[in-house]
Amino acid sequence: MSESHLEEVPLERVDEASPDAAPSAEPLLVVDNLEVRFPTDDGEVQAVRGISYEVREREVMGIVGESGCGKSVSSMAMLGLLPSTAKISGSAKFRGQELLNAPDRELRALRGLKVAMIFQDPMTSMNPVYTVGKQLAEAVRAHHEVSHKVAKNRAIEMLELVGIPQPKSRADSYPHEFSGGMRQRAMIAMAIINNPDLIIADEPTTALDVTVQAQILETLESVKDEVGAAIILITHDLGVIAGMADRVKVMYAGRIVESGTAEQIFDTPRMPYSAGLLGSIPSMDSSGTLLTPIAGTPPSLLDPPDGCPFVPRCPLAVPECDQSEPGLHQTEQPRHEAACWRWEHLLTVDDPRLLFRTGNELVDAGIVDSEAALTGGDQPVATERPVADTTVPHESTADELGINEPAAVDRATDTTVSHEPATDEPMPDETERRS
Amino acid sequence: MSTNGEPLVVADGARSRDGVTAREGDEMLVEVEDLVKEFPIRGGGIVKRTVAKVHAVSGISFSLRRGETLGLVGESGSGKTTAGRAVLQLHRPTSGSVRFKGVELTTLDSSGMRDVRKDMQIVFQDPYASLNPKMPVNDIVGEGLVVHEKKLSKSERKDRVRELLSDVGLRPEHGNRYPHEFSGGQRQRLGIARALALDPDFIVLDEPVSALDVSVQAGVINLLERLQDQHHMAYLFIAHDLSVVRHISDRVAVMYLGKIVEIGEREKIYAEPTHPYTQALLSAVPIPDPHQEKVRQRIVLEGDIPSPVSPPSGCRFRTRCWKAQEICADEEPELIEHEPGLLSACHFAEAANPLTLSVKGSDGTKLVV
Repeated sequence: MSESHLEEVPLERVDEASPDAAPSAEPLLVVDNLEVRFPTDDGEVQAVRGISYEVREREVMGIVGESGCGKSVSSMAMLGLLPSTAKISGSAKFRGQELLNAPDRELRALRGLKVAMIFQDPMTSMNPVYTVGKQLAEAVRAHHEVSHKVAKNRAIEMLELVGIPQPKSRADSYPHEFSGGMRQRAMIAMAIINNPDLIIADEPTTALDVTVQAQILETLESVKDEVGAAIILITHDLGVIAGMADRVKVMYAGRIVESGTAEQIFDTPRMPYSAGLLGSIPSMDSSGTLLTPIAGTPPSLLDPPDGCPFVPRCPLAVPECDQSEPGLHQTEQPRHEAACWRWEHLLTVDDPRLLFRTGNELVDAGIVDSEAALTGGDQPVATERPVADTTVPHESTADELGINEPAAVDRATDTTVSHEPATDEPMPDETERRS
Repeated sequence: MSTNGEPLVVADGARSRDGVTAREGDEMLVEVEDLVKEFPIRGGGIVKRTVAKVHAVSGISFSLRRGETLGLVGESGSGKTTAGRAVLQLHRPTSGSVRFKGVELTTLDSSGMRDVRKDMQIVFQDPYASLNPKMPVNDIVGEGLVVHEKKLSKSERKDRVRELLSDVGLRPEHGNRYPHEFSGGQRQRLGIARALALDPDFIVLDEPVSALDVSVQAGVINLLERLQDQHHMAYLFIAHDLSVVRHISDRVAVMYLGKIVEIGEREKIYAEPTHPYTQALLSAVPIPDPHQEKVRQRIVLEGDIPSPVSPPSGCRFRTRCWKAQEICADEEPELIEHEPGLLSACHFAEAANPLTLSVKGSDGTKLVV
């Protein structure tokens, strides 16, 4: 039944700006040096500090990073969804059309038609006083000159496509009558209802249980093929990225710090931060081992450091890292880029995740034999750099790893957040702003 | 062992309803039996009559030893948080028994409870909502000491707070700050310090790391493990993140709609679960490895967890279960041992590896790549 609707109602696009036959290698979206700054009372927060990437047709590009790294802000900037106080510069071209600072009228014609967005929280992103069917139909009618009836049928058809049982009666339900998973399905239905070329999925499964997450990811995967869209998948969940993404961008402190295929990033990370992220997640097949947190917190984006922003937390950092911020450059693998002065060092390390083991954890893991050997001052590990020749007095790990082990480990070193960035500026401001 | 439907009885007298193979001389710290918690739904009108009940927890049993961690997992709405609170008597259970160090808690009056409370603590999920924004850290962490350790002088109390703060990896000199001055991970450490203040024997950790970024989460998990080793506490670790639970727990209980459907040793649960729900749950967890994750098969359950107001008859999982047959609607399966060290409540329990989904005779299983 649903099939027939599609045929009966060929939805002609009202706006004909798109050269629809574009199977070329031309990227769908080209983002170039995108910067987003927010003026605040304390100064300008540089939320996104110059990122560039391309999204090709029908690919899934994952953007991963911790909260506050700018992953959501960068995509909202492209769609003109940020508050008007945001200062946006750079360029983002969708099929050659400039999106940044484009007039509202142009963006409106694009949003929901060719570029759709799936938000994290489906409860707050749907209107509670209209039925789901009506909201989906509205999305159709915003871009196509069709009758209410046609639009409604299209809505029902989409609800069926995303796996909502009894779509016909469910279309007359209100969002609060749906469960979390069903609401997210309805969001996906709304996103694909106009056959977009690009779907930006911002943490689409974060609020959901794993079983529902599996359903949603499966739905997303199948509708992507159905409508032939590319997806920008923004998430902090490396497991989701591993399963979905073709290519991955790792973001840190408003910048892309590593870029490559999912396999490259997960197997051979070339930026210590990516390696640290991978080491800090407990995984299903590695239990009982000690987790390796990344000590410290990201820098304040009010006044980002001159050097690499990861320096205070990085086990590989040397004094030169403080001098200037590395850009993305080619690693030994094709199309794998990392923003690290010392990425070559990672080549020599078998398991880069071990880099983040601090002395205390080496004790716990039985690598170093006595905790007494490790007593140091009350200093966080990170502030002890540069550590060109100071090493923890333990047998061999640091040498084996070919790294400079962060020295002077106190007993609280496995405790992440207590370590402030190397600067001795008062913490409260920083934490406050970030939260 | 006992596969004929009778509850397993273990030699030393401690009834093992949860896969504990009791060890010699081991003292059970917490024993929970047939714990039930129902919340009334009251109708409108002048006389607010109870028109229905939310069956949040419907008869669960487990026990915990000193120094042990029991992971409690399940989807949202499965009753795991209610279970944790009912154990601590923060919700008075509707029926059932909770014994802590041999003392029956459900019948204790409030002054009796007060004495017990200092040995049982809780760490809440949301580090933003669970700390009083108007109290400085010293007061938050030291409040329990004011109530329970009246002998302590002001300066002794202050010293103790400083010690606690450094114990959880915070700087003691930050004691005068307010909660908003700390990051999420640091706040969760404050919550842990507060729970530790009275040197408890048992802590309920209610989703303690769910709100944190992964790199921070790892630090808090390591901290919890270290503190457990130092203080020999028992943890009831409630979480929906199965990887975290696997990491920290000795034993794991899987809850579904108010019931424990499977409970046993961690390795057993994760390597060869026998309950279909556990299998589905585990197969849904994304693995951070693109090679495995992209080729892996998973059981994708249909629909959502049913309403706890009117749970399905018989086995509560049957509405979403691919193995369900008539018996599942008629007869509620008992929680019995199907594999050594693993109890599950399913009429058709069979071990399967959730990562490879090598289910023996898996006809009708919905396998989705």
